[in-house]
Amino acid sequence: MNVLVYLVPMALMLGLVGLVAFLWSLHNRQFDDLEGAGWRAIADDDIDPKS
Amino acid sequence: MTQALDPQAVRDLSMFVRTGADGADAMDLAVGGIKCAVCMATIEKGLSHEPGVVSARVNLASKRLTVEWTRGENSPERIIDRLDELGFRAHPFSPRKLDSEEAIEERKLLRCLGVAAFGAMNIMLLSVSVWSGNFSDITPETRDFFHWLSALIALPTAAYAGRPFYESALRALKAGAVNMDVPITLGVVLALGMSVVETWQHAEHAYFDSAVMLLFFLLIGRYLDQSVRRRTRDVASNLATLRADTASRILPDGTIVDVPVEAIDPGDVVLASPGQRIAVDGIVDSGQSDVDQSLITGETRHVPVARGANVYAGTLNISGQLRIRVTKAESGTLLAEIERLLTGAIEGRAKYVRLADRAARLYAPVVHTTAALTFIGWLIAGLAWKPALLIAITVLIITCPCALALAIPAVQVVATQALFRRSVLLHAPDALERLADVDTIVFDKTGTLTLPKPALANGGAIDPALLARAGQLAVASRHPLALAVAEAAGKPAAALDVREEPGAGVFALIDGAEARLGSLAFCDARDAGDAVAAAYPDASLIAFRHGEAVAVFAVEQGLRDDAVETVAGLKQAGFRLLILSGDRGEAVRRAADALGLDDFAGDLKPADKIARLAVLAGEGRKVLMVGDGLNDAPSLAAAHVSLSPVTAVHLAQAAADGVFLGDHLKPVSDSVRTAKIARKVMAQNLWLAVIYNIIAVPLAIAGFVTPLIAALAMSGSSILVTLNALSARR
Repeated sequence: MNVLVYLVPMALMLGLVGLVAFLWSLHNRQFDDLEGAGWRAIADDDIDPKS
Repeated sequence: MTQALDPQAVRDLSMFVRTGADGADAMDLAVGGIKCAVCMATIEKGLSHEPGVVSARVNLASKRLTVEWTRGENSPERIIDRLDELGFRAHPFSPRKLDSEEAIEERKLLRCLGVAAFGAMNIMLLSVSVWSGNFSDITPETRDFFHWLSALIALPTAAYAGRPFYESALRALKAGAVNMDVPITLGVVLALGMSVVETWQHAEHAYFDSAVMLLFFLLIGRYLDQSVRRRTRDVASNLATLRADTASRILPDGTIVDVPVEAIDPGDVVLASPGQRIAVDGIVDSGQSDVDQSLITGETRHVPVARGANVYAGTLNISGQLRIRVTKAESGTLLAEIERLLTGAIEGRAKYVRLADRAARLYAPVVHTTAALTFIGWLIAGLAWKPALLIAITVLIITCPCALALAIPAVQVVATQALFRRSVLLHAPDALERLADVDTIVFDKTGTLTLPKPALANGGAIDPALLARAGQLAVASRHPLALAVAEAAGKPAAALDVREEPGAGVFALIDGAEARLGSLAFCDARDAGDAVAAAYPDASLIAFRHGEAVAVFAVEQGLRDDAVETVAGLKQAGFRLLILSGDRGEAVRRAADALGLDDFAGDLKPADKIARLAVLAGEGRKVLMVGDGLNDAPSLAAAHVSLSPVTAVHLAQAAADGVFLGDHLKPVSDSVRTAKIARKVMAQNLWLAVIYNIIAVPLAIAGFVTPLIAALAMSGSSILVTLNALSARR
């Protein structure tokens, strides 16, 4: 059971990283327009038409 | 005397500009017509090539646009013109209107939800290990370690994520009331407290997972509720902004500037051209005209005004140019009277107790008594006080109203969204429940049963060739009657060199003969006019002469397309229907006849309407009032629940509980129907929650409930009521 001493804190840490990432993106207003964000991913305005 | 048509005035929209990031000028706009990602790309690309524009970003969910530009290199007017070229109507928001309380509240709930989700997942991970370990070979040390770890996660999580509930519970208790958040708060605090004590004593069970999971489920409900409400608000405020009420202010030096109505102060002088809505309340300084006051009084016949007459915001200037001195509502005017009635109606409105709060009032004492009796019962049965207390607390935890607290908001979310799709925007939070009580519907006539825009009534009786020529003249005029003729003629291209005779009509040469469109006298068509006037007594007449050929058009506000069938449907469904209108009794009678209604009254003042509603309320009737005019505003506030069309005046919309969009009347019957279904599903859900408690509580009283059973029962019942709520979508 000694392995728990490493694994449990690691699992918690990973979870916390996810939580912090979520709060960060919320703070940066990435959740303000979920509809538009979905479409922006497939917009082709960054592709040079010649290539 | 003739004058040029459609003069271009200078606009001034600088009041909408705010300072954005890096000191650039910024502006937020409501944009009409954004439907998909293509529109989004068109706007953003189209604006990015404009001089000075730093960024242009569309929010597709809320249909809004934020533009930033370097100060001095562009202007709000230019950006709006560019959007117009791209095919989108846009109007800026006042800077203070943005970032509403709803949006802030929604972000707060989402933060809490994220934290609760993190806590619930990690604690459940540990709890499942403990539960399975309890059946096999977990050592007491490992279990204690897991429990302490759970406590370490659960306590801060609950402290943070539970705030919306604690705050609301405290508010309710301070006001001496009980709402659903009181038992929730109590359940969470007791579960956590007991678990800490149990863990301290190396016990087998701890309820950290139950407490945090409860918060997680409830926060999902709260968040969805808030987000639906905010979306409805967003759409409503976009629509309000896109109405873009502007007024032409006359500066002391005589120049005319178009400014937003918000920038007009009492004492300013504004110009109202024929065909324009008058944007302010005031007194006519000079000029002579007829005014369509149907939005204010319900009266469809035009009222002549001259120097010294009162005019009201929302009325339509028909024939001549007016200079209006802006005044505040003074005592004795119609406006002051309506405001006084409105205040009275709002104060007199009975406080509606929502279903959820009624359930909470019943529920809290029952549960707390049960827990107390359990404790006493086990003491009498000979158990020591500590295990007896433990069982009593388990009863409180298991009855913690997870399902009960979700039962109503879940239905609310589903039904509000269903109505949203059917173009009804409810803005009062309890409007849905009040709509479900309705057994009587009172309609205003003008602008509610009828369309606010006048249309040609006798189009079938007129030679199509003549109508087409009349249309060529009509499109050149801004007169509302001419607009109706142009619409009926299919908006042809304007004839060449159309000139206007102010107050009389327009004329031009078509096919070598003089064509005139205007008053009966202007077109020399009095005889033909008498016949049409007899056939269409409510209509306004406009004549057309081309050489020797004469036509007289009857223009009136027709009934909404589906008014007859909607009214028939409501009647069949057993609703009592009435028309209460400020228009002439004759006109109201004809509309009632067309709709097959025998309960109607005309010539009503705002106070008369309220009196009629009071009589109905005295008979125990729950009235849905549907109206759009300024004269309806007090009765909209006084009725049990109220709706107004989106074309209504601001005051009426603010007084109503909801707004419906479009040219149809069907949203009214839809909203009542959906509300009734929603009420039924809410009742079902409450019963489901009761059945859950009937099964779970005896188990808890008997002392059989473990954290595993609590977790299963709680999530099971929550999912059940949520799934059931989806049936309110119909």
